[in-house]
Amino acid sequence: MRILRFLLEKELRQFIRNPFLPKVAVVFPLMVMLVIPWVTTMDVRHINVAVVDHDRSSVSRRLIQKITASDYFTLRGVEEQYGIALERLEDGEVDAIVELPDGFEHSFLGGPAERVRISANGVNAVKGSLGMQYLLQVVNQTVLEWRGEYGVGTYSDPVEIQYRYNPTLNYRYYMIPALMIMLIIMLCGFLPALNMVGEKETGTIEQINVTPVSRLAFTLAKLIPFWIIGLGVLSLAMLLAWLIYGLVPEGSFGAIYLAAALFILTMSGIGVVAANYSSNMQQTMFVMFFFVMIFVLMSGLITPVESMPAWGQWITRFLPPCYFVEIMRGIYLKGASIGDLWSDYIALSLFALLFNGWAALSYRKQS
Amino acid sequence: MSNDPIISVRELSKCFGDFIAVDRISFDVARGEIFGFLGANGAGKTTAMRMLCGLSYPSSGSGTVAGFDVMREGERIKRRIGYMSQRFSLYDDLTVMENIRLYAGIYGLTRRQMLRRAVTVLDRLQFRSEADTLVGGLPLGWKQKLAFSVAMLHQPEVVFLDEPTGGVDPVTRRQFWELIYEAVADGTTVFITTHYMDEAEYCSRVSIMVDGQIRALGVPADLKRQFAVQTMDEVFRTLARGAKRSE
Amino acid sequence: MRKSFGSFVRKETLHILRDGRTMMIVLLMPVVQMILFGFAISNEVNNIDVGVVVPHPTESVRQAIERISSNPYFTFKGYLSADRIDQALRQGEVDAVVVFADDYDRQMDAFSRGEGGEKAIQIVIDASDTNTASAGAVYLKSVLLEGHAGVVSPETHLLYNPQMKSAYSFVPGIMGMIFMLICAIMTSVSIVREKETGTMEVLLVSPVRPLWIVSAKMIPYFTLSCLNLLSILLLARFVLEVPMSGNLISIVGVSMLYLILALAFGLFISTVAQRQATALLISAMLLLFPIIMLSGMAFPVENMPGILQVVSCVVPTRWYIDAVRKLMIEGLPFVAVLKEFFILVGMTLMLLTVALRKFNDKLE
Repeated sequence: MRILRFLLEKELRQFIRNPFLPKVAVVFPLMVMLVIPWVTTMDVRHINVAVVDHDRSSVSRRLIQKITASDYFTLRGVEEQYGIALERLEDGEVDAIVELPDGFEHSFLGGPAERVRISANGVNAVKGSLGMQYLLQVVNQTVLEWRGEYGVGTYSDPVEIQYRYNPTLNYRYYMIPALMIMLIIMLCGFLPALNMVGEKETGTIEQINVTPVSRLAFTLAKLIPFWIIGLGVLSLAMLLAWLIYGLVPEGSFGAIYLAAALFILTMSGIGVVAANYSSNMQQTMFVMFFFVMIFVLMSGLITPVESMPAWGQWITRFLPPCYFVEIMRGIYLKGASIGDLWSDYIALSLFALLFNGWAALSYRKQS
Repeated sequence: MSNDPIISVRELSKCFGDFIAVDRISFDVARGEIFGFLGANGAGKTTAMRMLCGLSYPSSGSGTVAGFDVMREGERIKRRIGYMSQRFSLYDDLTVMENIRLYAGIYGLTRRQMLRRAVTVLDRLQFRSEADTLVGGLPLGWKQKLAFSVAMLHQPEVVFLDEPTGGVDPVTRRQFWELIYEAVADGTTVFITTHYMDEAEYCSRVSIMVDGQIRALGVPADLKRQFAVQTMDEVFRTLARGAKRSE
Repeated sequence: MRKSFGSFVRKETLHILRDGRTMMIVLLMPVVQMILFGFAISNEVNNIDVGVVVPHPTESVRQAIERISSNPYFTFKGYLSADRIDQALRQGEVDAVVVFADDYDRQMDAFSRGEGGEKAIQIVIDASDTNTASAGAVYLKSVLLEGHAGVVSPETHLLYNPQMKSAYSFVPGIMGMIFMLICAIMTSVSIVREKETGTMEVLLVSPVRPLWIVSAKMIPYFTLSCLNLLSILLLARFVLEVPMSGNLISIVGVSMLYLILALAFGLFISTVAQRQATALLISAMLLLFPIIMLSGMAFPVENMPGILQVVSCVVPTRWYIDAVRKLMIEGLPFVAVLKEFFILVGMTLMLLTVALRKFNDKLE
């Protein structure tokens, strides 16, 4: 393994000397962590609301008043029929509809239970679901005040909702661990692949192939630098998350670094495998793009895995990032421990072993 | 040192699909020889050489290099040979010294050996002042001489040179051959492919490949007599005229 | 002149055709993306795993649990003890826990009579996934309170496909991304590759003008993109059933314009980058990433803070997606996208000018 030391020294020198790569390793995380949370975090205000008022009571008038006054809503009209409001929602003029049933007020005066119907456009999921929630709060508030004034008993909500692990429902806290994972996927997947296939293109790999260097040593020399770089990038991203967004992991750093170490190895392994089977950069890159695209879209980074159909969920079991997403969100937000997530750690270890073994075996010194 | 040939090849072939790149070649190379391996572009020289270096598996036939089988013992061969390919293959983004360090490390030289040889190499090439220059910034001729010295760093029993003087000026070519003679004087066997027929004259023995087969093999003077011509160039052209393959 | 141009085009085409793997991926990528977006990926809140804590099982508690387990959005995961709530949530065993109060029946009666009191139910939900948590909690609550008089028991709907529109609202985004990927990245890499191997110099000393050499490189990629355009349009029409009434020509026209723009981008990158790896990284990280994030394909532009909305105006893909959305999804006539069209024309001209000037500068 003395040879490995010389090879590592070479890789690190080459990386540092590259006019572009070290900058990418710093600028890219900075850009992602500084800009993207603002893109994905939605300051939801001015939700366009239509009210369908079948009740025409003092409660419904009060509600309309409150919606008009609120900064969160823009009242787009009071409709007679739900159908008309729905049409406006479909046209995109309205984001949410509140429908007050006939006898709504009466239900608080001993009448039969009536239900408020709140519909929101879910195409923009965040705006839709948050809008729905704000509307519900306004309805509750209105009923509460109205009851107080009319002396119909004190009203309070019989249900208490506790949003555990992210009490303020801050969307950024959900996205930031995901962004760190995307950074690792992009950097630690592409860079080793480009590096390996680069040696093929310039022919320097041939000179190595004719020496007694073992396949394992050479593959390790390609993996380890990106392992270090990946951990560095993760640390930088974590530092930024703390400085800018005040997000620190609930769980232990050790657990995060262990998982990250395994995941980075897996990604670099995939990169090297892709490079070993390609003869030029373009080919490698497109193979990588293909997998990175599937990783980013299907691993629950942006949309929840639970929302996929059964076949989609079945595919996700073979995607290494899925397990890392589970681990990162678990540790960062829920304070989970390695013990809680042991099965994900085992899955990542197996992937790391599989892809790195494959990387070493698919690298051929003699064809 | 034994008298067995250092390279011994029998009926060695390599096919890529239907294409027979190397067609049942047989020859021996004795220790201390400069063996010229000639042929037109596409004749199969590089493919044959790659098999001998353990870069490529033979399709059939057998061969040994430094006593090891080219089919099964490629990795053991690699400890005993040096190789320099027609494409310049040191790392452009490492300095002269760093490249030397890297390959010295790979061949398992100790630190002291490495330093001693590095000094020898730099002095012989008069490269001392360039030790910390990036290889990418050196002129081609210098790069080739450096690549050769790096291939000789671990004092291999045999060194394979694949068109080492391609694109290099005559003065540098002359210097390059001086390096080769020094290596031979130190007991290394040299296996060289070249396009320059004047270089063929410097070889102890040459073989000429046409369409994957060896058509002529012997001491340059004998070959010239056999074909009744004055120069190796004419020998080569006589043989190459019948070639079906060309680039 | 025309003959040598033709031979250049043929050379480039052969390069691409011989590389079967790249070809396959380039042609397969949009198809896989269409299928993933169309059928696999959704934001819809679904399959929420619910556990319950029941200190005193009564008939009404049983009914409430029955309502949860019969609801398609929830999966009933069984009973938990109160001290295991946190562990179950942390291990991801459940997404939400419903804790019924000791005196659930009495409290609910009091609420129905309007007397108020302590909480009858506590919902503890894993909010690490913000969207699922906020929509799930509200929905869970409305299911639990179903049929109780005197409480505001809302019925909530997150409408995902009003008139099935969102099912294919992603198609313009995919088009915007794929074309940028193929045209900009592939051309820049293939030009820089020739620079790296030195073959570019050989081409440049040939009697063919540099502009033609570059165009010859672009034509095969342009053709490939057109094939992709075709496959995307076919999939959109026949698999996702996008109506596309009568606007086909404008969609194709705007797409062609965008392809040229992407090619110009590729040319520009190739003048900046000296090495393939650099060209790739510039394209992937400084081009592709902003496109995905800022063009509105993944996250709506209207929700971004002001500064980023301004920045997004510089991203050509944003305008292309807008235009295609209007033409393809909303079925508007070409007149409706004049603004987007002219912005794209302007950007294309600007990029072409800058790229060509830089390209020619490099030669001298």
